[in-house]
Amino acid sequence: MKLEELKLLTYDIRSDIVEMIGRAESGHPGSSLSMVELVTALFFEIMELRPDEPDWPERDRFVLSKGHGVPALYSVLARAGYFPLDKLRELRRLGSPLQGHPDYSRLPAVEASTGSLGQGLSISAGIALSACHLDKNFHSFCLLGDGELNEGQVWEAAAFAAHHKLSNLTAIVDYNKFQLDGPVDEIMQMEPMVDKWQAFGWEVQEVDGHDLEQVVEALHWTKDSDHLPRCLIAHTIKGKGVSFMENNNKFHGKAPDQQELADALAELRKARQEVAG
Amino acid sequence: MKFEIGLATRDAYGEALRDLGDEYSDIVVLDGDLSQSTKTYMFAEKFPERFYNVGIQEANMVGLAAGLASSGLTPFVSSFACFLTNRAYDQMRVSVVYPRLNVKFVASHGGISGGEDGATQQSIEDLALMASLPEMVVCVPADEHATRALTPQLMEWESSCYLRTGRPRAPIVYQPGVDLKIGRAEVLREGTDLTIITCGLLVAEALEAAEALAAESFSVEVVDCHTMKPLDKKTILQSAQKTGAVVVAEEHQVWGGLGSAIALLLGENFPVPFKLIGIEDTYAESGTGEQLLDVYGLTSPYIAEAARGLLS
Ligand SMILES: Cc1ncc(C[n+]2csc(CCOP(=O)(O)OP(=O)(O)O)c2C)c(N)n1
Repeated sequence: MKLEELKLLTYDIRSDIVEMIGRAESGHPGSSLSMVELVTALFFEIMELRPDEPDWPERDRFVLSKGHGVPALYSVLARAGYFPLDKLRELRRLGSPLQGHPDYSRLPAVEASTGSLGQGLSISAGIALSACHLDKNFHSFCLLGDGELNEGQVWEAAAFAAHHKLSNLTAIVDYNKFQLDGPVDEIMQMEPMVDKWQAFGWEVQEVDGHDLEQVVEALHWTKDSDHLPRCLIAHTIKGKGVSFMENNNKFHGKAPDQQELADALAELRKARQEVAG
Repeated sequence: MKFEIGLATRDAYGEALRDLGDEYSDIVVLDGDLSQSTKTYMFAEKFPERFYNVGIQEANMVGLAAGLASSGLTPFVSSFACFLTNRAYDQMRVSVVYPRLNVKFVASHGGISGGEDGATQQSIEDLALMASLPEMVVCVPADEHATRALTPQLMEWESSCYLRTGRPRAPIVYQPGVDLKIGRAEVLREGTDLTIITCGLLVAEALEAAEALAAESFSVEVVDCHTMKPLDKKTILQSAQKTGAVVVAEEHQVWGGLGSAIALLLGENFPVPFKLIGIEDTYAESGTGEQLLDVYGLTSPYIAEAARGLLS
């Protein structure tokens, strides 16, 4: 897909996110909006996938370790053709496969059940390890929150992956500088971020997580490794794309009300039109 | 039967903890990046120097509490019930309970009534896990008044305690200032045909079921067993001896919770016809709290139906 088309898609995905969460009257808009370019690049540019055959054994794998950002993933999956777009209306509804957090057993293409933060990178490392055993070439991607990096298990997985030279494993950090109760640097400082990953034996690149060109290029780089796992630190803005949600942690886990939803959709529509020209 | 809807028990806990801070200067509060949800932020605002938001790291948080407790402070540790009891269970076991340290664990979002976030954020194993730790006190208050009554009493216990609070606003079943005692079950309604024993959010459901059954001329006793451990054996046995039939209802899976504890007590001492209403061998899902309580069979009609089964 051309970069301009990808860019336009990010506005549609952001609209899906606020609309789904607004309709469900619960969810995590800020956390979902910051990761849009990352999952867009992965699903439309980087990963080898067959949406009509979700369990294709050669497919690349994506684990959303920060499971509360799942509306962004659902939108991307729908737009990639895994299921019809109107299913997005079912977010968080009783009986829906679109659970409040990713549910491996209910929705094909969800590669792991997450929602208890800190567990995804271990699963992704296990997946990467399985490729070696099965003599397959697939790549394992994991998306983590910056607050999530507080969890010790993340660093256990990081040490394991480097020790076993899991070059088919990529960690992506959605570095939006906020966690639930406030800014990461006030609650549990994770700087120096790049040094930490490097010290654990990973190769690291930093990008602007909303610059699609940079993100795509850097993800190609992480996928190309032949000796070590690679980590992408994506500097992002929590709530990106909706001005009153940007860097406003009130929208970490609060749905927009009717007026806010209308305002958000109008803003995204206008921004999309400006890009579309 | 209509109950006034009160505060969520987590809100009442936040207030009670804040007030307790005045009385006890040795209380230190730890939270794992959920202080807005567990309501420990109220304590944090008043006593910032005695509050630590440790970030998203439950295992480390419980270890820190062990260190604080071994030096004589009284840590109150909070997160969601699912994360605190599941992610830090071994730290509770080896760092806190085995050395007999005194840490107060207070976890919100107990049960499935947390709702839309789905199964990973709900907690249907916490009572089983906590009760399995030797000498651990395990409490589940029903409403805001019960929470206010029980919270200060945590300080009276020298062993570690677990108090489960809930996310949704809770129906009021007690009067303000009610005299509840940790370890003493409360007979809320007297009856002679059958006993319903329950805790937490389901106390109101049990009272409603009893009311419905009264209309069918059954006399049903309702016991709020807000302390699962130590279990008030005397009150429960007396009630079972009087009525000869027991239904237990709990917002927990059926393995290892309040119902299991009571079945053990009755089985050993005074077997009576018995039915346990809980979540069967499954996880729940996303939905509103009210929907889930209904779909997973925990509301008053299900409790009444179970009672009818034993009464007929
Ligand atoms: C083990 C665990 N503890 C606590 C939570 C509650 N929680 C949900 S989101 C969140 C903050 C996540 O922050 P971050 O990883 O920075 O992601 P962001 O939402 O900022 O993208 C917390 C503490 C959880 N889901 N899992």
